[in-house]
Amino acid sequence: MSVALSQRHADAAAANLSAPAPRALALTRLTLADFRSYAHLKTTLTTQPVVLTGDNGAGKTNILEAISFLSPGRGLRQAALADVTRRGAAGWAVSATVQGYDGAVDVGTGLIAGDGVAAARRTVRIGGTAIGQQSRLASVAQVTWLTPAMDRLFIETAPSRRRFLDRLTYGFDNAHARRVAAYERVMRQRSKLLRTGVDDPRWLGALEETMAEHAVAIAAARRDAVFRLEGGLGAGTGAFPAALLAVEGWVEAALDRDSALVVEQALRDKLAQARPLDAETGGAAHGVHRSDFAVRHADKDMPAAACSTGEQKALLIAIVLAQARIMAGAVGAVPMLLLDEVVAHLDRRRRRALCAELRALGAQAWLTGTDRALFADLDGWAQFFNVSGGTVAVETNGLTS
Amino acid sequence: MRRVSSGGPEIERLIQLLAKLPGLGPRSARRAALHLIKNRDAVMTPLAQALKTAAEQIRVCGVCGNLDTHDPCAICTDISRDAKTLCVVEEVADLWALERAAMFNGRYHVLGGTLSALDGIGPDDLNIPKLVARVREAGVAEVVLATNATVDGQTTAHYLAGALAAAGVAVTRLAHGVPVGGELDYLDDGTLAAAFRGRKAL
Repeated sequence: MSVALSQRHADAAAANLSAPAPRALALTRLTLADFRSYAHLKTTLTTQPVVLTGDNGAGKTNILEAISFLSPGRGLRQAALADVTRRGAAGWAVSATVQGYDGAVDVGTGLIAGDGVAAARRTVRIGGTAIGQQSRLASVAQVTWLTPAMDRLFIETAPSRRRFLDRLTYGFDNAHARRVAAYERVMRQRSKLLRTGVDDPRWLGALEETMAEHAVAIAAARRDAVFRLEGGLGAGTGAFPAALLAVEGWVEAALDRDSALVVEQALRDKLAQARPLDAETGGAAHGVHRSDFAVRHADKDMPAAACSTGEQKALLIAIVLAQARIMAGAVGAVPMLLLDEVVAHLDRRRRRALCAELRALGAQAWLTGTDRALFADLDGWAQFFNVSGGTVAVETNGLTS
Repeated sequence: MRRVSSGGPEIERLIQLLAKLPGLGPRSARRAALHLIKNRDAVMTPLAQALKTAAEQIRVCGVCGNLDTHDPCAICTDISRDAKTLCVVEEVADLWALERAAMFNGRYHVLGGTLSALDGIGPDDLNIPKLVARVREAGVAEVVLATNATVDGQTTAHYLAGALAAAGVAVTRLAHGVPVGGELDYLDDGTLAAAFRGRKAL
């Protein structure tokens, strides 16, 4: 299976050589207002990688977090919207020009302060038009990130791994974000009915039917994403380890055996049976919100959680790079990569390999670190900025201009 | 602390009321107010009269939930329309949309929203009991569910299908899928799946 997959990857790579070069998504402008430590920040950029250096606490990660809000969800810190607001300000905004598939698009998001009458709310604008659903951002700005907080991803509980997989899936299927949001909304509706003791089997049944329809679509998209990612990871990439991936969950596994319609019906039945239990726990005993993303180190034949910290990090980088590579081939666009404090933890060989891979992809990667010297491999190619005290200054030849 | 417009309390009140309309914020409300005042004879007075008449005369149809100056409404009393086919919509705006398309000659039933446990809207808060009674009593042969393809619209359609199962009527649903003029290549998987599910013999 894995041989066939790497063959498939090789074929895809060969096909890519003759195809027109994929476009890397890139920000050519980034503006922040009252975002974390930044009162106001405006930078113009080229499509090349961006390196942000500065002391601890200088505000490097805040910039990456601001960019992560241009994709659906609550950003790379999973923050509450109000917590992002700069102290003393009433709301925040991030806006950017995304150079994408067909030219440049202005994208903006932020928290509009409540005025006593209306509550504070998130707003999303694409091309100057207000958009009701933030999941639509997935069709404009694809962003993937690695942060130090994710170093424990393989050891932590399933939800963070599942979120990671879902985010990778958005890149292949930008309707996935909308589907996940819809699924969660129906699930909340069902929980509320059960919790408040509304015993209306017909209403519950209708919710479970909707939930099952979305669950099967979500499971199918995740399976597809894992299949594609494994194709890109089977061969390994020299410096980074090869990995075996699986999505573990009842719905995903059921799709191996049965058709989507059969699985849908089976899930509805299971949910209906679980109502008394779910009324007590406040959750749902079955569904795609219980799935897990399992990663194994292929050469060591070990679950990722059992590998060393360094190997776990290398596996994560391998997965993120594989996604970017496969998106380049399949979607024709390379996502933006936010790599927070990633370089500092790599040995020299892997640092070089990462830089070479970023160069091959043409990705606009945003890298942060405290030590400028570690980014020497990117000299003459990336854009270097020095971050300190809520300002960002262009650096040339190691000197702040 | 909040600065008001410098036009006195009458204008300020007008702006505040306009700002409550859907789609208008404080800025556009101010613009609308100025436009009204500038065009007093051409726009403002006729609008005020139209609002007054509408406020006095428009009522909700007791049968279907449509808005009209008569109760029952013109659609419910139109004997040329097919009383055996009933189309269920979420809001009056959806009824109007279907009427604009002018391809449905039955009668309507406006739910007044969708089921939403999160917003505390249950079957009894919608026009659902009335719908079930109407189907049983009025000799309806087919109910067309035309709720939106949103999560809540979808759930409401499933609910209605269940609620009407015992009434012995055909329950159908608007097809979801490939838009007119759409290319398959550009559709997301969910839309394609819905289109496949709703495929029909030619």
